[in-house]
Amino acid sequence: MKELLVISGKGGTGKTVVTGAFASLAENTVIVDCDVDAADLHLLLSPTVKEAHLFKSGLQPVIDEERCTRCGTCRTVCRFDAVTPKLSISHIDCEGCGFCANACPEQAIEMIENVSGEWYISETRYGPFVHAKLGIAEENSGKLVTLVKQQARSVAEESGSDLILIDGSPGIGCPVIASLAGVDCAVVVTEPTISGLHDAGRVIEVAKHFDVPVKVVVNKFDLNEEMTQKTEEYCRNNGIAVLGKIPFCESVVRATVEGKTVVEYDHGEAKPAIVKIWKTLEEELGV
Amino acid sequence: MIIAVASGKGGTGKTTVAVSLALVILEVQLLDCDVEEPNSHIFIRPAITDTEAVPILVPKIDEEKCTSCGRCSSVCVYNAIAVLGTHTLVFPELCHGCGACSYFCPEGAIEEVPRNIGTVEAGSGRGLKFVHGILNVGEAMSPPLIRAVKRHTDKNPVTIIDAPPGTSCPVITSIKGSDFCILVTEPTPFGLNDLMLSVEVLRKMRIPFGAVINRCDIGNRETVSYCKKERIPILMEIPFRREIASAYSKGIPIVEAVPEYRGRFIDLYKSVLKLQGMNQS
Repeated sequence: MKELLVISGKGGTGKTVVTGAFASLAENTVIVDCDVDAADLHLLLSPTVKEAHLFKSGLQPVIDEERCTRCGTCRTVCRFDAVTPKLSISHIDCEGCGFCANACPEQAIEMIENVSGEWYISETRYGPFVHAKLGIAEENSGKLVTLVKQQARSVAEESGSDLILIDGSPGIGCPVIASLAGVDCAVVVTEPTISGLHDAGRVIEVAKHFDVPVKVVVNKFDLNEEMTQKTEEYCRNNGIAVLGKIPFCESVVRATVEGKTVVEYDHGEAKPAIVKIWKTLEEELGV
Repeated sequence: MIIAVASGKGGTGKTTVAVSLALVILEVQLLDCDVEEPNSHIFIRPAITDTEAVPILVPKIDEEKCTSCGRCSSVCVYNAIAVLGTHTLVFPELCHGCGACSYFCPEGAIEEVPRNIGTVEAGSGRGLKFVHGILNVGEAMSPPLIRAVKRHTDKNPVTIIDAPPGTSCPVITSIKGSDFCILVTEPTPFGLNDLMLSVEVLRKMRIPFGAVINRCDIGNRETVSYCKKERIPILMEIPFRREIASAYSKGIPIVEAVPEYRGRFIDLYKSVLKLQGMNQS
């Protein structure tokens, strides 16, 4: 079984469009959305939820007002400014370290389990789909990504799947690092802009740091052919294979509006480009 | 006044809006808080005058004093300290820098030492004050670095914050304390889905906000209907034009590439001021 992750560094380069298209081309696959912060893949896959579970992310302090003598120790020790001057907890700032509860001389602070999201195992027209929704303004997205990936692995083992196909998050921080763990290949979807190349370069460095092999797809390559050449040059100089280039195509948005993947939506030039990229990838991954 | 520019979905045009808005305001500071993938500097090309390394404090064990009692590891919820036999091991990448281990060590055997997670650079370019943060490759935690960028806020008179995408801690850290937030979106199902998430965040944080719809002529009308239904002011609509996309790709701000946008961004600023209930100075 192989694991394939789609990331980009910069947001909005087309990760979910590409992942959705791959999902409709791949066979015997478990599909995963690891962008738990702003998940979108479900909009293309219209999943039927089979199982929903609560995500318990960690502990959060609760002050017992009867025991509290308002000594302010909690506020003094907290490094995250999560105890307000009036000695109440700002849950948006709290990182759940529990320092306040351990330091409180009256033991007036209890750490209670915090439910900060949900995760799901669903069925789609392209196979099982594991996804999640992080609660609004919650943290620990990395932990939820790790959980979602573990669940996807057990679903894949049960169903004897050949591939786990993962849609990742933008950026290079905790959810991306969590999504990179143990994958066989990361496909970086980039666009021919200075920002796109700058950001792809940073996420490629992160993948290398964690020893994950990288391949590149240039999306909307015809919007700036000079930047596309620069991107290809960058890849050549760094020994990274460019899997292919996808032209800018208005049918991509129209497909999305209809809740279809680019492959299902039978118009435009983007589809043959993505099909070709998938064939190359299939051969290289051996799935 | 602090104006944050944010969006749930990535690539909707946060940097495009933040940079061009900053360029039409006379006295302004631009803070790029997307420390994972900072891009504003590509458009501002600032001359950097100050560079500071940003550390978080992580524990260092004095093996001579340590009795392997395990108190440190019992108070660490991040599993960043483990006691194995007579050895106390620290995993600095897991440490959030809360300081509990050193506070509770009965032997005074834990010293906190700085570990750099990134860099803050400050300078100026195109007539504005500029600050951004660059997270080191391989680092998971961006909020301490975002806080370091925000320590430069001077609000004199206007600070514009270019926020990272998403709805979790890096975004919250970036927009906290803002007087107004501009949500940039696009009229596609992905744009709308993520706009709805951002709206929940801002309502929870009680920050007033309005929407800018980028590439307003692609996709469908559902984003506009949603804004109307939720009484979210639409501050500006930017159509998809190849000349705008091309300028962006080369690192040229839209107000420079298409001069009529100067006036449109001044109007955007006026709308924000009006919604903020402030008199234009």
